[in-house]
Amino acid sequence: MAARIWILAVVVAVFLSLSAFSSAQDLQIVNAERRIDLSSQIVKAFLTLKVENIGKDPVAEMLLAFPPTQIKHLAMVQALAITGKKKKKTYLPLDVKPSEQPDAPNDAGFFIVSFATPLGPGETVKLEVLYILTHSLEPFPVEITQSESQLVYYHDSAVILSPYHIKQQTTFFKTPSTRVESFTSIEPANRAGKEIKYGPYEDRTPYSYTPVIVHFENNSPFAVVEELVREIEISHWGSLQITENYRLTHGGARHKGVFSRVDYQSRRSISGASSFNALLAVLPPRVNSVYYRDDIGNISTSHLRTGFRKSELEFEPRYPLFGGWKATFIIGYRVPLEDYLFEAPDDRRYLNFTFGCPLVETIVNKLTVKVVLPEGSKDPSAVLPFTVNQDLQVKYSYLDIVGRTVVVLQKDNVVPTHNVPFQVYYTFKPIYMLAEPFMLVSAFFFVFVASLAYVHIDLNIAKK
Amino acid sequence: MAALESPPPGTPSAMRHAFGSVLSALILLLIGVLAFSIRLFSVIKYESVIHEFDPYFNYRVTQFLSKNGIYEFWNWFDDRTWYPLGRVIGGTVYPGLTLTAGTIWWVLNSLNIPLSVETVCVFTAPVFSAFASWATYLLTKEVKGSGAGLAAAALLAMVPSYISRSVAGSYDNEAVAIFALIFTFYLYIKTLNTGSLFYATLNAIAYFYMVCSWGGYTFIINLIPMHVLLCIVTGRYSPRLYIAYAPLVVLGTLLAALVPVVGFNAVLTSEHFASFLVFIIIHVIALVYYIKGILSPKMFKVAVTLVVSIGLVVCFIVVAVLVALVASSPTKGWSGRSLSLLDPTYASKYIPIIASVSEHQPPTWPSYFMDINVLAFLVPAGIVACFSPLSDASSFVVLYIVMSVYFSGVMVRLMLVLAPAACIMSGIALSQAFDVFTASIKYHLSGSSNSKDDAEDKTSTNNASKDDGSAGKTDKGEESAKERSSRKGKKKEREPADKPSVKSKIVKKKALVLPFEASIVALLLLIMLGAFYVIHCVWAAAEAYSAPSIVLTSQSRDGLHVFDDFRESYAWLSHNTDVDDKVASWWDYGYQTTAMANRTVIVDNNTWNNTHIATVGTAMSSPEKAAWEIFNSLDVKYVLVVFGGLIGYPSDDINKFLWMVRIGGGVFPHIKEADYLRDGQYRIDSEATPTMLNCLMYKLSYYRFVETDGKGFDRVRRTEIGKKNFKLTHFDEVFTSHHWMVRIYKLKPQKNRIRGRAKKLKLKTSSSKSAKKNPWI
Repeated sequence: MAARIWILAVVVAVFLSLSAFSSAQDLQIVNAERRIDLSSQIVKAFLTLKVENIGKDPVAEMLLAFPPTQIKHLAMVQALAITGKKKKKTYLPLDVKPSEQPDAPNDAGFFIVSFATPLGPGETVKLEVLYILTHSLEPFPVEITQSESQLVYYHDSAVILSPYHIKQQTTFFKTPSTRVESFTSIEPANRAGKEIKYGPYEDRTPYSYTPVIVHFENNSPFAVVEELVREIEISHWGSLQITENYRLTHGGARHKGVFSRVDYQSRRSISGASSFNALLAVLPPRVNSVYYRDDIGNISTSHLRTGFRKSELEFEPRYPLFGGWKATFIIGYRVPLEDYLFEAPDDRRYLNFTFGCPLVETIVNKLTVKVVLPEGSKDPSAVLPFTVNQDLQVKYSYLDIVGRTVVVLQKDNVVPTHNVPFQVYYTFKPIYMLAEPFMLVSAFFFVFVASLAYVHIDLNIAKK
Repeated sequence: MAALESPPPGTPSAMRHAFGSVLSALILLLIGVLAFSIRLFSVIKYESVIHEFDPYFNYRVTQFLSKNGIYEFWNWFDDRTWYPLGRVIGGTVYPGLTLTAGTIWWVLNSLNIPLSVETVCVFTAPVFSAFASWATYLLTKEVKGSGAGLAAAALLAMVPSYISRSVAGSYDNEAVAIFALIFTFYLYIKTLNTGSLFYATLNAIAYFYMVCSWGGYTFIINLIPMHVLLCIVTGRYSPRLYIAYAPLVVLGTLLAALVPVVGFNAVLTSEHFASFLVFIIIHVIALVYYIKGILSPKMFKVAVTLVVSIGLVVCFIVVAVLVALVASSPTKGWSGRSLSLLDPTYASKYIPIIASVSEHQPPTWPSYFMDINVLAFLVPAGIVACFSPLSDASSFVVLYIVMSVYFSGVMVRLMLVLAPAACIMSGIALSQAFDVFTASIKYHLSGSSNSKDDAEDKTSTNNASKDDGSAGKTDKGEESAKERSSRKGKKKEREPADKPSVKSKIVKKKALVLPFEASIVALLLLIMLGAFYVIHCVWAAAEAYSAPSIVLTSQSRDGLHVFDDFRESYAWLSHNTDVDDKVASWWDYGYQTTAMANRTVIVDNNTWNNTHIATVGTAMSSPEKAAWEIFNSLDVKYVLVVFGGLIGYPSDDINKFLWMVRIGGGVFPHIKEADYLRDGQYRIDSEATPTMLNCLMYKLSYYRFVETDGKGFDRVRRTEIGKKNFKLTHFDEVFTSHHWMVRIYKLKPQKNRIRGRAKKLKLKTSSSKSAKKNPWI
C-alpha cells in the first residue's frame, strides 16, 4: 500500500517537472536493457542504450539520471560507445562527469556522458553504461540469529530513470540464489530461477519512476572496510614498502543472541551462513616480506600464493565475522622498486601503482592512500583517472631531518573497479640517499674522536 | 674464558696491559651481544610480542606514559580495573621499568627512529641483561680481578634462571631490576674498596633506581647492613666501610621515599629496620674508634664503661619503644610477602592468594638444576676461593650467596636473585681453577728450560690483575698507604702499591703447582663442564623459556599447530563489545584483558584487594543464580572463563578452581572447600559432588561440551565429565574461541518485575535469602 502511494507521489512529481524539462529534449532512447547483478554486496548494473538524435542540431552529450537514494551510494559510472557489428565490435571509453542540473526533479542526480563525436540529427549510437552501487542492499530482518539466512531488500525502479523518452526497455535482476521472498510485480514481470525480469515496457515518458522492491536471500560476504589507510613508502635503496591498515566490519544483518561455537563448527553450512571468516587479497607479483597482524600481535591464519601475474594472500580474521562484528588488522608487504618506479622523459621520476583496496569483493567506505616519497623529493604531483582529495603531509621516519613528503590521496566509497594504476611524479636527486649513511658515519666518528680526546685529557684539578 | 687466562708471552708489560684491556673490552662486547641474542629465541620462534601476564600491564602503563607524559602518569587513576574501586597506578606501581622503556622510546623517537612502544618494551629485557652481565663483570672484578669478572659475566649472560625472566617480550620489573641489583652491589663494593664519596653517591642513586624498579630492593637494604655488621663484628671496621654505608642509608632512604609506591614505608616498615639499626651501630663504632684515637688507653677504658652503661639504658628504651610500635601493627610491620620469606609456611596458612601463585612456591631440586645447572656445583668452590684470602669484598659475595640460597629455597621466584650470586661464585671458581691449572702447566713446560722465573712472573701478573680490587687482603700496616693511592681513583696507579703483596703471594702460589697430566685432564674437564653449561643454557633459552604463553603451539604429524585463542577472544572483546562493559574473569587474566581487550575488569594480577578477589571466587563457586546476582551487583556484563578440556591445556580455570574456592571461602564462609571435594579428592567426573557440578565455573566451562564428541571427554582431567546435558538459565554464550580455550558468556538481562501477590512474596523470600550470600547487597 505504501508503495502505491509512493508511486503516485512520484508520478505526480514527474508530471509537474515534465513541462520544464522536456523542451531541451533532442534525444530519445530507442532501446534500453538493464541488467542488475545482486549476487554480492556490490550492486553492478549494466545498461545498454541505443540513443537517437531526433532534433535538428548535433548533440555532443547526454545525461544519465539517478534517483537521490542511489546517487549517494553510487561508487562509479563508466560509459562505452560501441561501434561495429557483432564480431567487429569496438569499444570506445567515453568521458563521464557528475553534473548539477538546477531544475532536476526530486533531487535526482545526473552524470554527463560526452560522445566521442557529436551525434548528428537522425544518427544513433549504442552505449554501454556500467554503474556500481554500494550499501544498497538493506538487510531485512535487521537482526538475525546465528542459524538464520540473511535476507535483503533491494529498492529500485522497474523502469529506467531518464530525462529522455524511452521507447522500449527491459530490466533484469539477478539474485544470488533461487530463494526470493518477494518482489513487486509490475506487469509484465516474471521470475525464472535466479532472474527476475521486468518488462518489456513501451514508451515511457521522461522521468518515469516505478519503485520496486526485491526481497531475497544473499549470504555472500558483506565485508565492508570502514577505513583503509594504505601507506606506500618509496625507498630508493630498492624496495617499496606497503602497509595497509584495515578496519573491517560485517555490513549485513546484525547478529543477535548467542554465538555457539559447537554449532558453528559442526554445522557450518546451516549455522553461520551469513558470516564469513576468510578473505582474499590480491597482491602484486614478486611480493615479499608479507606480514599480517593486528594491534596485539601476529594473526596466524594466512596463506600466500605467489605467481607471475599476481600474488594471492588468503587470510582469516581472528574470529569469524557475523553481522555487525568488527575486526582490525594490518597487512604489510614489500615489492621490488624497479617494477613500480620509472623515469619520466622530463627527468622526473614517477611511481606507478594500483589504487584501491586489494581485498576482493569489498567496499571501502573511506580509503586513504599515502605515498611517502624519499627525503629530499620535490614537486610531487599525482595523476589519477578519477577525482580524489589530495593533500600533502610531512612524515619523519628513520633519522630524517627535513622529513619526507607524503602525498595523501583520499577517496570515499571505493569498490574493486577502482583498482586502476595511478602515478605520482616527483623529482629526486640520488645524492640525498647518502645523507643518512653519512650522518651515521660521522656520528660514530665523533664518538671515537671524543673518546680519544677524553682518554688523552687530564681532567684532574690537583697535580699529583 | 680460556683465552683470558693466558696473556701473550714475551711482550712488554705495558703492551700486554693495553692488549689485555682491549681484549677484555672486546670479550665484554661479545658477552653483551651473547646476552642479548640468546634471548631472541622467543622472537624468532614465535613473534615479537609481550609475554605472560604482568608484562601486559607494564606494557599498558608504558603506552599510557608515552602518550600522556610523566605528570599524567603519576596522577593516573585507572578506572579500567578493580571495578568499582579503581586503582591509582602512579602510586602503586614500581615505575623504574616503565620509565626506562618510556625514556628509551622517547629518545629513539626524538631521533626520528619510529619504533613502536611495543617493540621497545619487547627488547628492553635483552638489552638490560647485556647491561647486567657487564655489571657482573665490574662487581666480580672488584672482588677477584678481571679474569673472574669476565668468567662471571659470561656465565650470567646465559644463566637460565635469568633468561627465564628476561627473554625478549618478558617485559617485567625483574628485567631491569637484576641489572640494578648487581650494579648497586658493584658500587657498594667499589666504594668499600676505594672509600670514595663519589662512588658512595653513585651507589645511592643506583639504589634509588633499584627501589624504582622492583620490590626486591629490600634484599639490598637488608643484605648490605648485614655485611656491614659482619665486617664490624669480625673487626674489619674501616673508614671506607663507613663511607660505603652511611651515605647509602641516608641518601638511599631519602631517595627511596620519593618513589610513591614506597613513600613512608622507607622508614616505617620492618624491612628497613635493620638498616637503621646498623646505621646507629656503625656510628657508635666510628665514635669509639675516634675517641680511641684521641684518648690514652686508660682514659679510654673509663670512657667505655661510662658510655656502655648509659648506652645500654638508652638502647633499652629505644628498643622497647620500637617493639611496642611494631607489635601494635597486626603483621608486625612486615608485608605478607616478606613474612612468607621469613616463615615459609606463613602464606599457605594465612594468605591463599600468595600461596596460589606458582612462582611463590618453594622450588624443587630439579628446578635448581634447570635454572643454574652446573653453577650449583661450582658455587662451593667459589666460596672456598673467596676465603683465600677473605677480603671485605669477597666476604660480601659470600654473604650474598648464603642469603640468596636461603631465599631461593623459600620462593622459586627468588631463584632470580640467586642466579647472579651463583654466577659470580662460579666465575671466581672457574677463573681460579684455570689460573692454577694453566700456571702449573706452564711451570711444567718451562720447568725443563731455565725459564722458571718466567712462569713465576706470569703467575704474578695474573695475580696482579686479580688483586686489583681486593684491597682488604693487604695487612693493616699497608692499609693507609693503599687508601691514599686508591683515593686517586684511577686503576693504573694502584698496581705499584700492590707489588709487595704480590711478591708474598708468589711464595704461597708455588705450593699449588699440580702434576702436569692432572692439570691437563682437569682443564679438559672444566672446558667440558663449561660446554655442557652452554648447551644447557641454549636449550633452556630456545625450548623451555621462549614461549610467550599467550600463543601455544604443538607439533604434530601434520605440522605445527598454533593455538591463538587468547588473542582471538581478547580481540573479539575489544571490537565487539561496548567500550565500558565490565568483564569478570579469574584474576590471572585481568592484566591481559585490560591491555589487549581494553575492557574494564573486576580483579587483576595486582592482587591488592583480597575481598574483591574472594567475591569473584565466590561467584565462580556459587550456583548460577547466586553468581548472576553477585556479578550483576558488580555491573558485570561478560564473564570469561579459560577452558582447556578440548585440547588439553592444563592451566585452565577448572584446575585453578580450588584456589577460587579457598580464597572465596576465606572471606565468605558459606563457601566450603569440603563441598567441592569427594573424599578429599578434586574431581569433575560423575563422582563429583553436586555442589561442584552445579557451580558456575563447572557450568560455564562444560556448557555444550558434550556435543563436541558425544561423550564429553575432558583431555586435561582425562575423564568424562560428570554432568553432561544442562542448560544455562542466567547466562548466554556469546563467544567461544576456535579451540574452546576461552569462553565468554553474557549475563542475561534482569527479568521484568512480576506482578501478583503470591509471586511477590516468593520473590521477597528468595531475595532475602540471596542477600545473605551476596556480599554486595
